[in-house]
Amino acid sequence: MLDTKKIIPDFPILGKKINGKPLIYLDSTASSLKPAQVIRAMDDYYQRYGVNIFRGVYKLSETATEKYESARSTVASFIGSKEANEIIFVRNATEAVNLVAATWGEVNVDSQSNIISTVMEHHANIVPWQQLVKRKNAKLNYLDITEEGRLQPGQIENKINVNTRLIALTYVSNVLGTINPVAKIIKIIKEINPGVKILVDAAQAVPHMKIDVNNLGADFLVFSGHKMLGPTGIGVLWAKGEIMKDLPPYQTGGDMIREVYLDRTVFNDIPHRFEAGTPHIAGAIGLAEAVRYLDSLGMDKVRRHEEELVEYALSNLTGMKEITVYGPHTAGDRAAVVAFNAKGVHPHDMAQILDRDNICIRSGHHCAMPLHTRLQIPASCRASFYIYNTKKDVDLLIEGILKAKIFFE
Amino acid sequence: MDDIYRENILDNYRHPKNFGKLVNADIEEELGNPFCGDKIAVSLKLTGTHKQGVDRKVRDIRFNGQGCAVSIASASLVTEYIKGKSLREIMALNRETVLSLMGIELTPTRLKCALLSLETVQNAVKQTFTG
Repeated sequence: MLDTKKIIPDFPILGKKINGKPLIYLDSTASSLKPAQVIRAMDDYYQRYGVNIFRGVYKLSETATEKYESARSTVASFIGSKEANEIIFVRNATEAVNLVAATWGEVNVDSQSNIISTVMEHHANIVPWQQLVKRKNAKLNYLDITEEGRLQPGQIENKINVNTRLIALTYVSNVLGTINPVAKIIKIIKEINPGVKILVDAAQAVPHMKIDVNNLGADFLVFSGHKMLGPTGIGVLWAKGEIMKDLPPYQTGGDMIREVYLDRTVFNDIPHRFEAGTPHIAGAIGLAEAVRYLDSLGMDKVRRHEEELVEYALSNLTGMKEITVYGPHTAGDRAAVVAFNAKGVHPHDMAQILDRDNICIRSGHHCAMPLHTRLQIPASCRASFYIYNTKKDVDLLIEGILKAKIFFE
Repeated sequence: MDDIYRENILDNYRHPKNFGKLVNADIEEELGNPFCGDKIAVSLKLTGTHKQGVDRKVRDIRFNGQGCAVSIASASLVTEYIKGKSLREIMALNRETVLSLMGIELTPTRLKCALLSLETVQNAVKQTFTG
């Protein structure tokens, strides 16, 4: 396991007590905590060279530009890409999906087309496609899950046809924790119809495991900075240059242009064509620092740490009376997120009772209403673990759940 | 320490008043809480006829649905409170009414749970104006 004794002091928030008690943060799937290194890097930008990029020839602007662009390279190599211009900085994974829908989707989807998504997606990987097919009068179909929360095998073959343009698939379910065999699935898809493009929602994967876009076979990959120790307001769209280079822009205005005349505009090259206006410079710098932090731990070790925690959590929770755990019960293909329900205790009430002991879990549908409908539950509790969590946190969670159960009995 | 799970809240959660559904209701409505997917459905019987408009009173009311302690207790208290009240009076109710019925303070997120039942009832009442 990771040396949490060394990691925890890096997170200022974990050193603070609330009502005299420490914080037990089990909601990193929603947003991770941020280490001092990331906060300092952003602070450093604002304190020492907080000026705009690309525009100035003065030293400070050159420094800011250099840091911003080197952040792009850092993020690119973190996911195995050698092409920094395949990294487009956006606000978050949601915006990345919307960008693809508004540019690639606008050009490539028509009334004959169909798009395939899954019932386990976050709303961010459903709603933009719903809107696109509505605009284009196209079709949106879904892959279903098994009772254990894995994608049902064999359905892809039945759902893909010559009119399928895109498959929008999550790498890791933010509720079930299921790690989809994405590379394998993409291989099957491309064998059936090589023209199908694949968008992978990696918001729950990039923070937690080694991702290599070269081995994945995807065409688009999206993730958010704030779920991987980085700041809010910065996210990433990785997209193959050959796809993006001729697409129309997403938003228009400053920075994304090469030449502007009163009656026409020549757009800039990728990635700048898709980054209109002054970007979140401090955010990109903070994200690069987060990447360095994760790299220093080693993503394989991060994954092993989380696998051990989820195994421990599963073995405790599945043995408890009147507790239903959703998703695969094997840690090997499961991320460190555990959704569950306790009989007789509504998730809101569970979360509120746990909060008495500063144990932060999420309650609700976690932006995955179709999945909850599929599971035939209105809501669930969700605990998730990251590099700063320990087995003791799991113990405290179990203790808290028992307390809540007794309270509502 | 939060103080929302007072005895009256827990009582109304465990044994909600007016739980169920009225047959031959005059108006019905169902609303969800977008944050958690919880749903509350209400059915009401009114006095008088359409002609009396907002002067019609609530003769009986039932609610059902799934929800947390806050939303169920609130639905129990709100439905009990509005029995016998006119539609005009019901439309004048607001979050202060609900909070004083519950006698607790709530964070913005839980306030949404608490207000769901009143919102559902008021949406139901609005139907009588349009339909």
